[in-house]
Amino acid sequence: MSITLESKIPSGPVGIKWSKYKQDMKLINPANKRKYDVIVVGSGLAGASAAATLGELGYNVKCFCFQDSPRRAHSIAAQGGINAAKNYRNDGDSIYRLFYDTIKGGDFRAREANVHRLAEVSVNIIDQCVAQGVPFAREYGGLLDNRSFGGAQVSRTFYARGQTGQQLLLGAYQALSRQIYAGTVTMYPRTEMVDLVLIDGHAKGIITRDLITGAIESHSGNAVVLATGGYGNVFYLSTNAKGCNVTSTYRAYKKGALFANPCYTQIHPTCIPVSGDYQSKLTLMSESLRNDGRVWVPKKEGDSRHPKDIPEGDRDYYLERKYPSYGNLAPRDIASRAAKQVCDEGRGVGPGGRGVYLDFSDAIQRFGQNKIEERYGNLFEMYERITGENAYDQPMRIYPAVHYTMGGLWVDYELMSNIPGLFVIGEANFSDHGANRLGASALMQGLADGYFVLPQTIGGYFATQKNGKYSPDHAEFKQAEAEVRARTNRLLSIKGKRTVTEFHRELGKLMWDNVGMARTEASIKQALERIPALRQEFWENVNVPGSGDDLNPALEYAGRVADFLEFGELLAYDALQREESCGGHFREEYQTEDGEALRNDEKYAYVAAWEFKGTDQFPALHKEELTYEEIRMAQRSYK
Amino acid sequence: MAASAESMQASSRGLILRLWRSSIGKKYVMAVTGLGLFGFVIIHLAGNLQIYLGPNAINAYGKLLKSNPAVLWSARFVLLAIVALHILTAIQLTKANRKARPVKYAAGKPVASTFAQRTIVISGLIILAFIIFHLGHFTIGFVDPQLLEYEDILGRHDVYRMMVTGFSNPIISIFYIISMGLLLLHLSHGVSSLFQSLGLRSKKTFGFFDKLAKGAALVLFLGNCSIPLSILLGIIK
Amino acid sequence: MNLTLRVWRQKNAKTAGQFVTYQARDISSEMSFLEMLDVVNEELIKSGEEQIAFDHDCREGICGSCGLVINGTPHGPLAATTSCQLHMRFFKDGDTITIEPWRAAPFPVIKDLVVDRTAFDRIIQAGGYVSVSTGGAPDGNAVSIPKDDADKAMDAAQCIGCGACVAACKNASAMLFVSAKISHLGLLPQGKVEADHRVLNMVAQMDEEGFGNCTNTGSCEAACPKEITLDNIARMNRSYAKAIFKSKLS
Repeated sequence: MSITLESKIPSGPVGIKWSKYKQDMKLINPANKRKYDVIVVGSGLAGASAAATLGELGYNVKCFCFQDSPRRAHSIAAQGGINAAKNYRNDGDSIYRLFYDTIKGGDFRAREANVHRLAEVSVNIIDQCVAQGVPFAREYGGLLDNRSFGGAQVSRTFYARGQTGQQLLLGAYQALSRQIYAGTVTMYPRTEMVDLVLIDGHAKGIITRDLITGAIESHSGNAVVLATGGYGNVFYLSTNAKGCNVTSTYRAYKKGALFANPCYTQIHPTCIPVSGDYQSKLTLMSESLRNDGRVWVPKKEGDSRHPKDIPEGDRDYYLERKYPSYGNLAPRDIASRAAKQVCDEGRGVGPGGRGVYLDFSDAIQRFGQNKIEERYGNLFEMYERITGENAYDQPMRIYPAVHYTMGGLWVDYELMSNIPGLFVIGEANFSDHGANRLGASALMQGLADGYFVLPQTIGGYFATQKNGKYSPDHAEFKQAEAEVRARTNRLLSIKGKRTVTEFHRELGKLMWDNVGMARTEASIKQALERIPALRQEFWENVNVPGSGDDLNPALEYAGRVADFLEFGELLAYDALQREESCGGHFREEYQTEDGEALRNDEKYAYVAAWEFKGTDQFPALHKEELTYEEIRMAQRSYK
Repeated sequence: MAASAESMQASSRGLILRLWRSSIGKKYVMAVTGLGLFGFVIIHLAGNLQIYLGPNAINAYGKLLKSNPAVLWSARFVLLAIVALHILTAIQLTKANRKARPVKYAAGKPVASTFAQRTIVISGLIILAFIIFHLGHFTIGFVDPQLLEYEDILGRHDVYRMMVTGFSNPIISIFYIISMGLLLLHLSHGVSSLFQSLGLRSKKTFGFFDKLAKGAALVLFLGNCSIPLSILLGIIK
Repeated sequence: MNLTLRVWRQKNAKTAGQFVTYQARDISSEMSFLEMLDVVNEELIKSGEEQIAFDHDCREGICGSCGLVINGTPHGPLAATTSCQLHMRFFKDGDTITIEPWRAAPFPVIKDLVVDRTAFDRIIQAGGYVSVSTGGAPDGNAVSIPKDDADKAMDAAQCIGCGACVAACKNASAMLFVSAKISHLGLLPQGKVEADHRVLNMVAQMDEEGFGNCTNTGSCEAACPKEITLDNIARMNRSYAKAIFKSKLS
């Protein structure tokens, strides 16, 4: 199959592309919509909003999630907020400014047209969510409250306490529930997609495993929408939920969908550090803490004194020292790498020496403990619950952790992958954040794709397609089912000596140490050397007890980790070929004197889209050149 | 299968039936009948406390109550119906509750509930037994038929003497006092609970209703117990 | 520390379950309760046994997946804390810990400590939403909402749907869960429009699922990891009366 990356960006000025697209779009007769079956995999912000909206439009939707309820998807854990260019604060915000900030924040590695559309629909999202009854924070006058977030110069972030993701997801879940009740959407909870089925080159269905009965089933449809989130758990430890996985998108990749920019991984600087080998996941604490906390480590290596016993003179407030104008508010990637650097120097604190202090004593002295409690009370409580330490009394310990992945399946302007009929939305696609995502933009993108973009563009696809859906008894389905069964049986029959978790941990450490927040050619090559061996050992020595005929968490997990063991390699290939630093991809060889990411716009202003050529084979690289018509590329500086 | 309110609306089933079929509706029945019984208990005590005013007052009160048989029997009938409804609803709710929670936890103790809350069904059942005895004792006369035949000099039923004689038996009095203790227990949860069931309680008034219930239950307990105690101690003779 | 665990093991919904005793060795006080179970599971897998199945996902107290009855208390001894956020420093060396699934007829056991909570989803499907379709919503600031109402709605909206309220209730009543959604939407002008339908439909579905009745004991409130309060139930009772009498009049 020869692949041409056609982004299908409408012509005309960036500001009118989306309107023009909608005007030109072919429509489906309302009476005919129910004849189209749409399969939506995932029920987070993107999946739930898409399934609900498609149902409202009259399509016949099947929605799948591996959790016991669509309300549990990991979008629920987002804390900070959601951006929208409402300019309610009269502080100079506009659609153009949000567009510009997003492109710049993404280090000029995103598509202008997509990002502008995102900024345009951001305002509709807020209206939609308010109408659904999302209890956004309000001012005393009764109007919506906004705050500035993640270093933005304007206040455009809408929030619902520290649980914005939860409230937005519940809004989408409720809209989805309404459609389930109306019969337009059939929900399949505790059901995992394990393969994608292509017929004549078009995505026509999926194979699923019922996690309770173990039944392998075929579901056919006119189109498949993947809304399955990111791949942060390839690092084992991340702020993602335990169940987050790459399986759906990776299976699609193996069926021919291109995987774009997998090396763009976002690291969040303020997470609670690892406390021991048993650590199962990391917990993020809102970045807002850096507004009042000062980051420091001891000046001396191996200084094991209690933080309160370390005098001012022996402390290194390294962010304030290195970045005098931004100080503790330096951008996420810079703050993260700086923390890694001081820990690499042996100056880290806490168990394993992987942590830095975030100290509130100055702020407490200045504003009083009450004020700090008012601002961050819930975060301090959460910190104490996990660490048992009182952060009013002694500094918090923080360390960066993988938080979000900008890469994902390649999609065109219509959010369709290179496989016709396969749409990818939310974190699962690569499209809007470039090399780095702004704070409070993940929720915006998920909902933009699900409520406003995909439900339009998918109709355009249907209108141009003659071939409809196939019976789930079609030979392609049967063959895919057989392959899935064979793979399940193989996993169960190895009966080796190591657990799935052990393999996942080893892979995660390998990825984190070598392809983590700072990478070098040598470290990436080392990872590439070791991953295939680990993968081979997995298939020879993993122990998956139990059977495939009932709820078997070990089996589910094994299938996901098997995919991570292949995907990790792809991520490393991508990191290796991108010989520049940009956003969430930092190659130590490419940095300015100040330790800033050094982009190479001449050579690398492209989207790297990878084509599967076989396990243990080098994937083929396709490039989509990024052209900037509106915005001039510039080097950022946070000094 | 989802039960649709619209389809229920469309049918001609009455409001009562709809209330009766819903969990919250049944709680209203429990609350309203409970409120009725609570009111009765208060009036009952107020009447009985007239014993402290001497034989003339309470015997006159007794005569007044019986002066109009139509009113008397209507009141009795209504009371009986309320009691029956309260019990019937309680049985239905309890059955549904047991069905909803067939398996008990192997470890630990119940979360955050008080003794009064957990024993409301038991206390109710014992109070029912007490009511039957009490009616037999002072209204129907199957405990001691003579009690109902006392007459004072004006030819009225001598309620005063009936009570004094009735409570002179320490065993009966102790049984009364224990039963009043259970009523205290029952009402201390039941009365505040009825405001919750009727949706009249809010975060602000939560403590108020709780105190009101406990206070009223205590006053009732003390008032009711004072009579047999006074008789036993010879304050009233 | 070393602990003795008595864990409910049940192969599937059809077979009977029983308690099985396990030893949890070398447990760090810094571990979360679920990490302690992870450690036990790793050993089980290595000895070729099936791991203890339990629901979990975000492990930061917001997704509502996890739910263990720990020593008779849903989510364990710590108030306002989900099972995943409970840490082992609240236990002592040598403790025996009994771990059971949620017990309620409408939440049948699927396996071990995993129960089926789809009854909650069906209750939401019956009316736990504002019936607006995508598009056509007025400006977010078109209707102002008193801050106090928005805050109260948010208090109720924090429910994570874990089911601890049902598990704690001696009657397996779902009233705290249902009333939280009814309060959240009913307090906002957007949700008031169909408040009557909502409460009638959701309560009907709640009854249909076989949840028990509220006897106002407050166990649910005590077990709720998100501190949803009993006054939501009172509010629901009030709304229900209003709705049912209005529907009779119309």
